[in-house]
Amino acid sequence: MALDKGRYSRRKRSNFVSNLLCWLSTGLGLGILAIILGTLMFKGFSGLSLQVFTQTTPPPGGEGGLVNAIVGSLIMTAIGVAIGTPLGVLAGTYLAEYGRHTRLAVVVRFINDILLSAPSIVTGLFVYTVMVAPMGHFSGFAGAVALALLVIPIVVRTTENMLLLVPGSLREAAIALGMPPSIMIRRIAYKAARAGIVTGVLLAVARVSGETAPLLFTALNNQFWSTNLNAPFSSLPVVIFQFALSPYADWQRLAWVGALIITLAVLALSVVARWLSSSRTAQ
Amino acid sequence: MVSLPLDIEKTAADDGRSVVLAKLRRGDAAFRWLTRAAAVSVLVILGAIFLSLIEGAAPAFRAFGLSFITTQSWNPVTEKFGGLAPIYGTVVTSALAMAFALPIGIGVAIFLTELCPPVLRRPIGIAIELLAGIPSIIYGIWGLFFFAPFLQETLQPALIGTFANVPILSNLFAGPPYGIGVLTASFILAIMVLPFITAVSRDVFETVPAVLKESAYGLGCTTTEVVRNVVIPYTRVGLVGGAMLALGRALGETMAVTFVIGNAHRISASILAPGTTISATIANEFTEAVGDLYSSSLIALGLVLFFITFIVLAGARLMLMKLELKSGT
Repeated sequence: MALDKGRYSRRKRSNFVSNLLCWLSTGLGLGILAIILGTLMFKGFSGLSLQVFTQTTPPPGGEGGLVNAIVGSLIMTAIGVAIGTPLGVLAGTYLAEYGRHTRLAVVVRFINDILLSAPSIVTGLFVYTVMVAPMGHFSGFAGAVALALLVIPIVVRTTENMLLLVPGSLREAAIALGMPPSIMIRRIAYKAARAGIVTGVLLAVARVSGETAPLLFTALNNQFWSTNLNAPFSSLPVVIFQFALSPYADWQRLAWVGALIITLAVLALSVVARWLSSSRTAQ
Repeated sequence: MVSLPLDIEKTAADDGRSVVLAKLRRGDAAFRWLTRAAAVSVLVILGAIFLSLIEGAAPAFRAFGLSFITTQSWNPVTEKFGGLAPIYGTVVTSALAMAFALPIGIGVAIFLTELCPPVLRRPIGIAIELLAGIPSIIYGIWGLFFFAPFLQETLQPALIGTFANVPILSNLFAGPPYGIGVLTASFILAIMVLPFITAVSRDVFETVPAVLKESAYGLGCTTTEVVRNVVIPYTRVGLVGGAMLALGRALGETMAVTFVIGNAHRISASILAPGTTISATIANEFTEAVGDLYSSSLIALGLVLFFITFIVLAGARLMLMKLELKSGT
């Protein structure tokens, strides 16, 4: 039986071609992403100065920085996370501890996964209709609530996953000592899953701090220094949106700087979150 | 259980203990109730979003009926609103984005699981996961200032020139190269969902038992044959689920698209022409919408978007759940 040379080389060729395509797509994908980050670094760092962190957003053609936008983002993100985290952790606790196999948990898990990737602009519309329209004006608090709605599904998901990693024998040992379940969860399960839950919160912060769409018509924007949460509130992503689409070169330059700040912050948060969760699994 | 007469059992010490136990029991019930309420609140949020959108959209649907989603006139002055152009734009940009990003994303995932030298596997994997977390506004601003001008000078004139005399394609690639437009928006969307598709497909590919792949290699299969005949059939459901998850993201994406779509309320045959999507329309016009009917029409668009993404995401989750059942985790 002669070796079918033609077929053999055909298979080799097709393998070569498709492997090459995989290499190329990896090169293309990583190349584009590198170009994006490169452009961002180049444009962002060239506009970066101390002024950015000390002065408020300028009028067109004027001098200024982004301090009100940065602080505004920090405040709204902090409030959003402060509202969303307890709710998310409690709901995640129910899914992992009390109601693991109940019908309610199955439904909540399913809906939560949908909320996790639901369009964030719809969240903005929702908060507009239930908060901004009845109150009659845009406010930083409405923006924070919109962000909280985005935080909840992320925290629910990670809390549940992390609690599921806690070994059942730990729970049984605690219960056998006579601990009621609620104390077992708070003293034992939360402690064992703490790094993971913190990771989830950090990821939520990273996700939320770059969100623009839900803030556009809840917090709106504010040119000036303001910490009044009952008034329109400045935030970095919305300022980037407004400045980038403006025809003024100064504003566009600041938009790039803002984009760089957000990206670095988000990347730093993700790296810390990753480090936390990997040091946990290494233990 | 034997119950003793109360007066014998009840001593002073027992009295204290039963108080403590009752307190613990109450605390336990309260905590249980609290977590349950928090879990239910997730459902309440979804329900409230749907209801508030339906209520907000009601005036528009009352005024235009079903013609709201079948006509494309969008005129704030005469208060005539039809959402066909943004709905069409949303569907077309997402479909094109998936067409670009899926093959590349799956290619990268195959590379990472089958071809990549082990030293590079972790760094590239981590880089892709980090990139998946970059806010979409970054992709938008890059698209506006860097990518759109680049396309305007290179790809778009080339496309127009090449297909000028080809019957159908000349309409598809007609018109002046604006830079911004449907095609550019699709590219940006594709770049944005690429890390996401890659991460999901890689995770799905890693569920294939090594024994299956090894036996195929042992029979003398090439890498391509292993991927085509073992890996992809085994993970088909998960791949489709992951792709639909990415599609859900692309459909609802606002910022990456708003910068580069051009915000023009018309349906053009040419994919180089400016268009709009649902989310871009809402982002651009909502704060400036005067009149109840205008706002209501925008909310109605939001409702349509939420409905579409809900169905796509629900389908995606069902498929991924099926995969989880199969892999027994």
